[in-house]
Amino acid sequence: MLIIDSLHAEIDGKKILNGLSLTVNAGEVHAIMGPNGAGKSTLAYVLGGRPGYEVTGGSVTFAGQDLLAMEPHERAAVGLFLGFQYPVEIPGVSNVQFLREALNAQRIQRGEEPLTGGEFLKLAKEKAALLRMDMEMLKRQVNVGFSGGEKKRAEMVQMGILNPSLAILDETDSGLDIDALRVVGEGINAIMRAPDKAVVLITHYQRLLDYVKPDQVHILAKGRIVKSGGPELALELEREGYDEVMA
Amino acid sequence: MTLIARPTNREEDWRYSDAAFLSTAPIETFDDWRSVTVKPGAVLRETVQAGDAAPSAVTRCRVHVGAGGRYEHFATIVSGPYRRIELEVTLDEGAHFEFGGVTLGGESNVQEFVTRVIHAQPGATSNQVVRAVQWGQSTGNFLGRIEVVRDAQKTDAAQNFRAILLEKGASANTKPELEIFADDVKCAHGAAIGALDQTAAFYMAARGLPPEKARALLVRAFIADAFAAIDDETQRETMLEDALAHLDESAL
Repeated sequence: MLIIDSLHAEIDGKKILNGLSLTVNAGEVHAIMGPNGAGKSTLAYVLGGRPGYEVTGGSVTFAGQDLLAMEPHERAAVGLFLGFQYPVEIPGVSNVQFLREALNAQRIQRGEEPLTGGEFLKLAKEKAALLRMDMEMLKRQVNVGFSGGEKKRAEMVQMGILNPSLAILDETDSGLDIDALRVVGEGINAIMRAPDKAVVLITHYQRLLDYVKPDQVHILAKGRIVKSGGPELALELEREGYDEVMA
Repeated sequence: MTLIARPTNREEDWRYSDAAFLSTAPIETFDDWRSVTVKPGAVLRETVQAGDAAPSAVTRCRVHVGAGGRYEHFATIVSGPYRRIELEVTLDEGAHFEFGGVTLGGESNVQEFVTRVIHAQPGATSNQVVRAVQWGQSTGNFLGRIEVVRDAQKTDAAQNFRAILLEKGASANTKPELEIFADDVKCAHGAAIGALDQTAAFYMAARGLPPEKARALLVRAFIADAFAAIDDETQRETMLEDALAHLDESAL
């Protein structure tokens, strides 16, 4: 589904990714772990197409298409979802309005019929319930006045509504208490655990992986994958730290 | 009172105006005042929509609001090359003036609101919110002057101006001016000029919104502040959509 081949990227002339390669197949969950400054968030942003992140080499193929040739909104329409480490506040725009416009923009790009207001609200209610989020929250402005945990849950509601085939989740577990972590973990499983979908979880900690079991765990350091393994690698990291495991 | 000379950029109230227009327009253009009287306790709302045909580049209006009365003025300026809406409002005891203005334009358009609010008696209040969205080489201005006379205690006056410059080359100017001769008075003003929030724009793109859609949503939220005081939802939406239609045609 996703093939990253020898990806190089820089920000303001500073090299962050140095030949990163990763293949994610449909039906899989991959976890990417790594020390601060390893390039984890950069990888997420490069895949999402954030301006300012310059790709200087390598390729990314998503669902058979050249991902890097697409605009950010086109990437979303072909099924890529980027879960933000710091979800952005948009004053004056309600979640309902934002998500309905976003979903319908995606549908139009895919040549599908846009949803009516009623159809959209039904869908939004269903996905909000999955993440135990009150519909009233969705009527409020996007992320404005939301706590850290509420923002992360709102991201997952967005993911549920937009229904992507690949989710890149950048530290979705940060800022969550134990209960919220379980709700978010179960939400990810309910929305994304399917034979035709895949997830890349970027995280510092093992704890989210207790709820969302990864098929593969990768260690990212100095801009490339330095070690890959099964779920036991995450446990080993948690026990011994990056220095030990990478040595 | 008849004007004997055209205004020039040397005068404070015309400082940011279109110099070419000032030197060429017929002199009568600058002396065309409309008078409005709001009777004590009465309420009057006037709106100037983007789509309204502009009778003149310069619209000047002198308003007197009687005790306990309320005058509301909501306006959108989208045309050019020069367009000015000027209001001089005198407030009697306990009267209120509510103003919401939006300038939205590109090319070399100069678009401005100039207000002079005279709190002539105690207990009057005024609230002014102006939002400017400029691109190309255009300029959006808000010059707001507030005068509080000696006996006008308990005056409460607020002004807020914010501008978004969508492109390099566009500009915005604002100058709040306060002249206060009473001592128990609240006057607040705030101003900010910046670019469109790129982080928000990327966030919206990452959810599938094409740049022009994201921009329209952000601009809509931004200018909505100016019309927030319109209690009639239909009228508020009409003002907003009308202004945004112009953005769609020109800025994208």
